[in-house]
Amino acid sequence: MAQIFLDEIAHSYLPETQKEDEYALKRIHNIWEDGGAYALLGPSGCGKTTLLNIISGLLVPSSGRVRFDDTDVTDLPPEKRNIAQVFQFPVLYDTMTVFNNLAFPLRNRGFDKDYIDRRVREVAQILELEPFLNKKAAGLGADAKQKISLGRGLVREDVAAILFDEPLTVIDPQLKWQLRCKLKEIHEKLKLTLIYVTHDQVEALTFADKIVVMYEGWIVQIGTPQELFEYPNHKFVGYFIGSPGMNFIPCSMEDGKVKIGNSLIPVDETTARLANAAEGKLELGIRPLYLNISDTPVDGAFEARVKGVEDQGSHRIVTVDFEGHPLKARIAENDTVPQGKAYLTFPIEWIRLFADEHLIKENKEN
Amino acid sequence: MKKWQDNKGWLFILPVFLIVAFSAIVPLMTVVNYSIQDIFGPGERVFVGTEWFREVLTDQRLHEALWRQLLFSGLVLLIEMPLGIAIALLMPSKKGFGASVVLVTLALPLLIPWNVIGTIWIIFTRPDIGLMGATINALGLTFDHTASGLHAWITLMLMEVWHWTPLVALLAYAGLQSIPPAYYQAAKIDGASAWSIFRYIQLPKMKGVLTIALLLRFMDSFLIYAEPFVLTGGGPGNTTTFLSIYLVKIAVGQFDLGPAGAFSIIYFLIVLLFCYLFYQVLQSAEEGEQS
Repeated sequence: MAQIFLDEIAHSYLPETQKEDEYALKRIHNIWEDGGAYALLGPSGCGKTTLLNIISGLLVPSSGRVRFDDTDVTDLPPEKRNIAQVFQFPVLYDTMTVFNNLAFPLRNRGFDKDYIDRRVREVAQILELEPFLNKKAAGLGADAKQKISLGRGLVREDVAAILFDEPLTVIDPQLKWQLRCKLKEIHEKLKLTLIYVTHDQVEALTFADKIVVMYEGWIVQIGTPQELFEYPNHKFVGYFIGSPGMNFIPCSMEDGKVKIGNSLIPVDETTARLANAAEGKLELGIRPLYLNISDTPVDGAFEARVKGVEDQGSHRIVTVDFEGHPLKARIAENDTVPQGKAYLTFPIEWIRLFADEHLIKENKEN
Repeated sequence: MKKWQDNKGWLFILPVFLIVAFSAIVPLMTVVNYSIQDIFGPGERVFVGTEWFREVLTDQRLHEALWRQLLFSGLVLLIEMPLGIAIALLMPSKKGFGASVVLVTLALPLLIPWNVIGTIWIIFTRPDIGLMGATINALGLTFDHTASGLHAWITLMLMEVWHWTPLVALLAYAGLQSIPPAYYQAAKIDGASAWSIFRYIQLPKMKGVLTIALLLRFMDSFLIYAEPFVLTGGGPGNTTTFLSIYLVKIAVGQFDLGPAGAFSIIYFLIVLLFCYLFYQVLQSAEEGEQS
C-alpha cells in the first residue's frame, strides 16, 4: 500500500523535444491517495496509458519524479516497484494451469511452497477461480482470464497499487458489469490503491471514487462523478462526461446578464461579477438534463425551434435551434414534445460560464 | 432435411479433387502399378504380387541406407532447431535497418539452387584450393571428404546446417514477432527471469511455427538428394548413400522399375509415418502439459 506522488511529470516519446505539442504528457503534478480507486478517463491518445506506464515503471518519464510514499522509484524497473498491472488483453502463461499462473509471481520472488499454496488459494477464493485451479489457463473464457491477470497482482501482499489498462475491452457486456462489481468488492475488502484506465465514462463512473479526466496530455479535472457532472472544470469535461454532453453557446455579458443573440439570460450575482472580470472567449454551458423545455410560453422563457427528437428508451433528447445555436435537452419519456416552437428556461443554479474553455469560478484565477 | 440427403456440397470440392488426382493420385497409382508387376518391355508385363516388396524389405543395403538416413535427419534436427531458435532470439526485435540486413543475409542460402549449393561446398572444402579445406590442412589436420566417410559426413552436415538453419530462424523470428509487448511487460512485473520468459512465453507462442519448421526440416532432410549427389555421389564407399540416392541407383542406374516402385511406396510411407508421429507428439504435448 502506498501513496503515489507524481512530481512535475512530463513525457515525450521523441528523443529531443522542444515544443510543448510534442509532449504526450504535459505537466502532471498530483498525489494519488493510498487505498483510493481512481479512474483515468479520456479519449484515445490523451496520454492515459503513458501515465499508467510511468507509474508502473514500464516507461521512464522525460522529466519529473515518481514517488511511492517517501521512496523515489522513478528509475526503478517494474518488478522492483511492487506494482501489478492488468492489460487490455488477458496476458496468461498459456501452458500453465491457473494455479501455476497465480503462483508465478510468488515463485519468481522465492517464497516457500506452503505460503504460495495458501496465498494462491486465498486469492482464487476471492476471485471465484477455485474450480479452475487445476485447469489449463488457455482454455478459459475472457472474463476468467482477466481475473487470473488480476489475481497475479493480488497474490503479492506487498503490492502498492494495481493498475488496469482498459481491462474490460474484450469482455462481453453482461460480464463487464459483474467484473466491475467484483473489482469494487475487492477494493472495499482489500483497500488497495487501484488505478483504472478507460475511455468509457460509464465504466469510470461506476468503478471509481475519484475520476481523473485527461485531455491532450493534461489532467483537466480530478473529482467525484458528481463534481465532474455538476462543475466541469474544463469544457472538455462537460462535453466528455454525460450523455449527451454539455451544451455550449458562445455569449457575452451585458448588464449582469448573459447575452446570446438578442436574448438576455439572467445569472446570479457572483457569476456575473466573475464573468465580467474574466478574459477570453466566453461561453455558457448547461447540461441537457437541466435545460427546461416547454411547449407553452412560460415566464422568463426564450423561444427556440425544434429540430429533432431522439427516443432513447427511458428518456428523449430534443434538439432545438436557439439564436442560431443547436442545443440538446433531455426530457422524460412521458413529457409532451413541443412541435415547431419550443420555450427554453435556463435555471440559474445550473448555468456554468466558461472563459477560454475553463470554468469561471470563485477564488481561483483562470 | 437430414444432412446426408443433400450432397451438392461435394460438387464444390470436385475441382480440387481433379487437380489433386492428376498431380498426386495418378502418379502415385502408376508407382503402385510398377511395384506389383515385372515389366520386360512395352506391353510385356507379368503380375508378381508382393514379390518386389519382399525383395526390397530384405535388401541389406536398403536397411543400411535407412539407418544412415535416420541418423542424418536426427542430427540435422538436433542442430538446426535449437540453433535456429537461438539465432531468432538474438535477432534485433525492432523493425529497422539492422533487422532488414540480418533477414536478407539469413535468407541468402535459401535462394541458391540446391545443386549449386553442392558445387559451392565441393570448392569450399577442396584440400588444395578450398577456403575451408585448405585452411584445415594448413593447420596440420588432413581433411578430405572424398577420402574419409567421417569427413564426408561432417561436410554434409555443415552444408545442411548452413543451408537450412535460416529457415528455422526465420520461422522462429516470425513467431517471436507475433507476441504482443504486453506479455513481456507482464512478465517483467511478475519478476520473471529470462529463462522463464523463454520457457513460458516465447516457446509456447512459437510452438505453431516450430511444428511447421520441424516437419519441413524432417521431410526435406529425409528426402535429401541433390546436395549429397553433387558433393559425394553417395561415397566414399556407401557412407553417404542415403535412401533417395540408393533409390535413384535402382530406378535409373539399374532400371529395376518394379523394386524401385516398391521402394518408393515404402519410402513415402516412412515419411508419412514420421510426420504423423511428430505431429501427434506435439499435439498431445500441448494438451497434456501440466508443468
